[in-house]
Amino acid sequence: MEYETVIGLEVHAQLKTNTKAFCGCRNEFGLEPNSSVCPVCLGFPGSLPVLNKRAFELAIKTALALGCRIQPLTKFDRKNYFYPDLPKNFQISQYDMPLSLNGFLQIEEEGYKKRIGIKRIHLEEDAGKLMHEENNSLVDFNRAGTPLMEIVSEPDMSSPQEAYDYLTALKLILQYLEVSECSMEKGTLRCDANISLREKGAKALGVKAELKNLNSFKAVKAALEYEEIRQRAALEAGGKIIQETRLWNDASLKTVPMRSKEEAQDYRYFPEPDLISFTIGEKEVEGIRKTIPELPLKRRQRFSDDYGLSRYDAGVLISDRLLADYFEGCLKIRNAPKPIANWLNGPVMSFMNERGASIAELGIRQGDLIDLIALVEDGTINNLTAKDVLREMLQTKSSPRDIIKQKDLAQISDSGELSGLIEEAVRENEKTVADYKAGKVSALMFLVGQVMRKSKGKANPNLLQDMIKRRLS
Amino acid sequence: MELNRLTIHELLDNKEIAAPDIFDSLARRIKDVEGKVKAFVRVDRTESGQPRQNPQAETLLKGIPIVIKDNICVKGSLTECCSKILQGFSPPYDATVITKLRAAGAAIYGLRANMDEFAFGSSTENSCFGASRNPHDPSRVPGGSSGGSAACVAADEAIAALGSDTGGSIRQPASFCGVVGLKPSYGRVSRYGLIAFASSLDQIGPITKDVRDAAILLSVIAGYDEMDSTSQRIPVADYTKALTGDIKGLKIGVPKEYFVEGVDKEVKDAAREAIEVFKKKGAVVRDISLKYTEYAVPTYYIIATAEASSNLARFDAVQYGYRPKLPAKASLIEMYKKARGEGFGQEAKRRIILGTYVLSHGYYDAYYLRAQKVRTLIKGDFDRALNEVDCVITPTSPSCAFRIGEKLEDPLSMYLSDIYTISANLAGIPAISIPAGMSKSGLPIGIQILGKAFDEATVLRAAHSFEQNTEWHKIKPNL
Repeated sequence: MEYETVIGLEVHAQLKTNTKAFCGCRNEFGLEPNSSVCPVCLGFPGSLPVLNKRAFELAIKTALALGCRIQPLTKFDRKNYFYPDLPKNFQISQYDMPLSLNGFLQIEEEGYKKRIGIKRIHLEEDAGKLMHEENNSLVDFNRAGTPLMEIVSEPDMSSPQEAYDYLTALKLILQYLEVSECSMEKGTLRCDANISLREKGAKALGVKAELKNLNSFKAVKAALEYEEIRQRAALEAGGKIIQETRLWNDASLKTVPMRSKEEAQDYRYFPEPDLISFTIGEKEVEGIRKTIPELPLKRRQRFSDDYGLSRYDAGVLISDRLLADYFEGCLKIRNAPKPIANWLNGPVMSFMNERGASIAELGIRQGDLIDLIALVEDGTINNLTAKDVLREMLQTKSSPRDIIKQKDLAQISDSGELSGLIEEAVRENEKTVADYKAGKVSALMFLVGQVMRKSKGKANPNLLQDMIKRRLS
Repeated sequence: MELNRLTIHELLDNKEIAAPDIFDSLARRIKDVEGKVKAFVRVDRTESGQPRQNPQAETLLKGIPIVIKDNICVKGSLTECCSKILQGFSPPYDATVITKLRAAGAAIYGLRANMDEFAFGSSTENSCFGASRNPHDPSRVPGGSSGGSAACVAADEAIAALGSDTGGSIRQPASFCGVVGLKPSYGRVSRYGLIAFASSLDQIGPITKDVRDAAILLSVIAGYDEMDSTSQRIPVADYTKALTGDIKGLKIGVPKEYFVEGVDKEVKDAAREAIEVFKKKGAVVRDISLKYTEYAVPTYYIIATAEASSNLARFDAVQYGYRPKLPAKASLIEMYKKARGEGFGQEAKRRIILGTYVLSHGYYDAYYLRAQKVRTLIKGDFDRALNEVDCVITPTSPSCAFRIGEKLEDPLSMYLSDIYTISANLAGIPAISIPAGMSKSGLPIGIQILGKAFDEATVLRAAHSFEQNTEWHKIKPNL
């Protein structure tokens, strides 16, 4: 029998607000434990929640960007369960009246395009954090009450790769919207995955497993791949899948059962009586809609259409909002999309990766980059030297012209100086010269390399090649 | 002069009286009668319990002490809800009502009134500190759950007190003790700092010796609070201005469902006589029907216990309150079980279990959801009635104070003692209980006046007019 995979994802994104969801405490990562807490987020007796309007706006902004329907009337509910880092032993969340429903996310990857449905987006508060020592468990409540947005997809993904692409696309959108930092390391982006298999073509969903403890996009993909194989093997052996929650173990690269549905929690949802249900005005929604920037897919299209970039180049640029902004900033100084894109996607990006830095953190002035490109184009320096100049620019923050002058890196385009070096090389490599004359074309490049070395990389490569050819003909 | 016997407005009228003298007078009275009444759970003489000297002499309440029910947070002062599970809890914040009282110059002496644990009860017998007594007959209950607040005011151990009312917890004890108790509209007074019982029903209100004092205290504590999303931005009046004495043409509704079998004859008669007093003063009385009345008690016990089960989940011994002794290798679940098993009293456990049950999967629709629908019907009942009349008059409780222990083993009959007060909480409307008679055995009888949401002024005006024309509120217990 042939099976098909059905995957749905639940993504929790911590919203980028100054304060927590229901109180005025700072919403910041990495503070001293229990330093950003108050009676409200600690759930002290008598304290009451008050909704952070900013968190609400950011969730609405996301919902609009993902094509969701904003619900005219929304309310909060209590999700009751006992846990030592959950101060009230209930979580304020949204159950049957979430703030938005029915959107979609478009993924466009090599070879396919797909619309993944978004079932709902709602707001809730986070719990604190437990740290276990040998004989003690410690609680840090700084995270308790921080605003989370839960984005629940439809079970529309049919492979682990699609799930991976969905997550990548979603993260990018959230970053474009500036609603979340989206760092899996800091826990500001978290993902649970539901996966089931069914007979190909069948309508009904199979029995699913819920995967938790997925701490990177790679882990999501790997866990889903493992689970796909496990479930298929079980089904093919005539076994049954039980509905359960499974944990991904990053070390053993396996999923292991956590709890089965039989012992699943009864959350006893009911309307949060401390927060009255409320309506969102059309005007307010439209005001938020105006703050949505151009989104990644659209920007990619525009980069291709307007700047004549390849889909690949445009795709690389837009995958980093800051880099794409930087690119467009450069264009304002000089309208040369292709060389600028080549430089950004090439040397600049490899420096970013090397240093784990954003384009802003690299600190290259846009004018200097344009200048550097011009210096290559007019033959002042060659490509190789230009990369060294760029490295120097990062270290010293000097302009490319200053660096070239200071380090005497200008290209040698003086044929007199070059012919001296060529004579030297020809003398030292008689065999190579003979090979060339015998018709071995690659021997020429060897000689070019030799001369280049003697010039300390400064020789104008085109001129050099011509001159050697002439010398040997 | 026995200052402890005076009201707030009498003290304010007499400019010669110094704040410390009031407290001394109360302290003497407490020393004399508290052994019989047991209204207080503690007198906190620490710094936080002391009155703050307000340099501005022209503050409204001028150092007058106000007794606070044990479920209202006072910064740095033990606030335990009369529950073992909150043992040692000293909030790092003042409830908004406390902030407002302090700003008005009132003295919060750390006089904390006894109550049913977490306000669960109608007799103040469910307190981890033991039962309070009715000053008119110490073998009887003072009512509940604000029994301590009502008893100390009735016994002149206090000038006035704050209580909280979820299903009648201010009005029923006020009625049993022969004092005035006002439950404001839901959203009128901030609940911030009130340790929640049932969030959609709770409201803080005054218990006083007369209606004027209730109006004064309400004027101080009412108003929108940005810390409480359920408080409403509706202007607060100076409610004493409503006390004109004139009720000519006031339309009063008398619901037939409140004068049925099961109500003590003495109570019924007192209410009927009270209605005659209103008529004499020019009020227009008409019979009305509130047809969903009989569903109020079951509806209430589903909603209130559902919310309570969730509100009380935070008492788990992790952050504050009672931490049980545990074996060395005890698990987390064992800690929860032991803390909650030992920390909560019988009635609290009963309500937590009931509330958990009505919210649980598969029962939600049958109980909680249905109760919410009935609640809407009950509210509709009042909306319709109060469209036609200005206020509604009923007995406060179907009987006078019962004996200590009498209903302890029969929770259902205990629950029924709130049958006339519960509807106002479900509907969110204001209601006041005022003394309106004495039984042959010398126990106070109260009547209740209910009004439109946020129309406390009319309720107070009617209550005040009745008080002006009767002497019931002047009867003091023999202690």
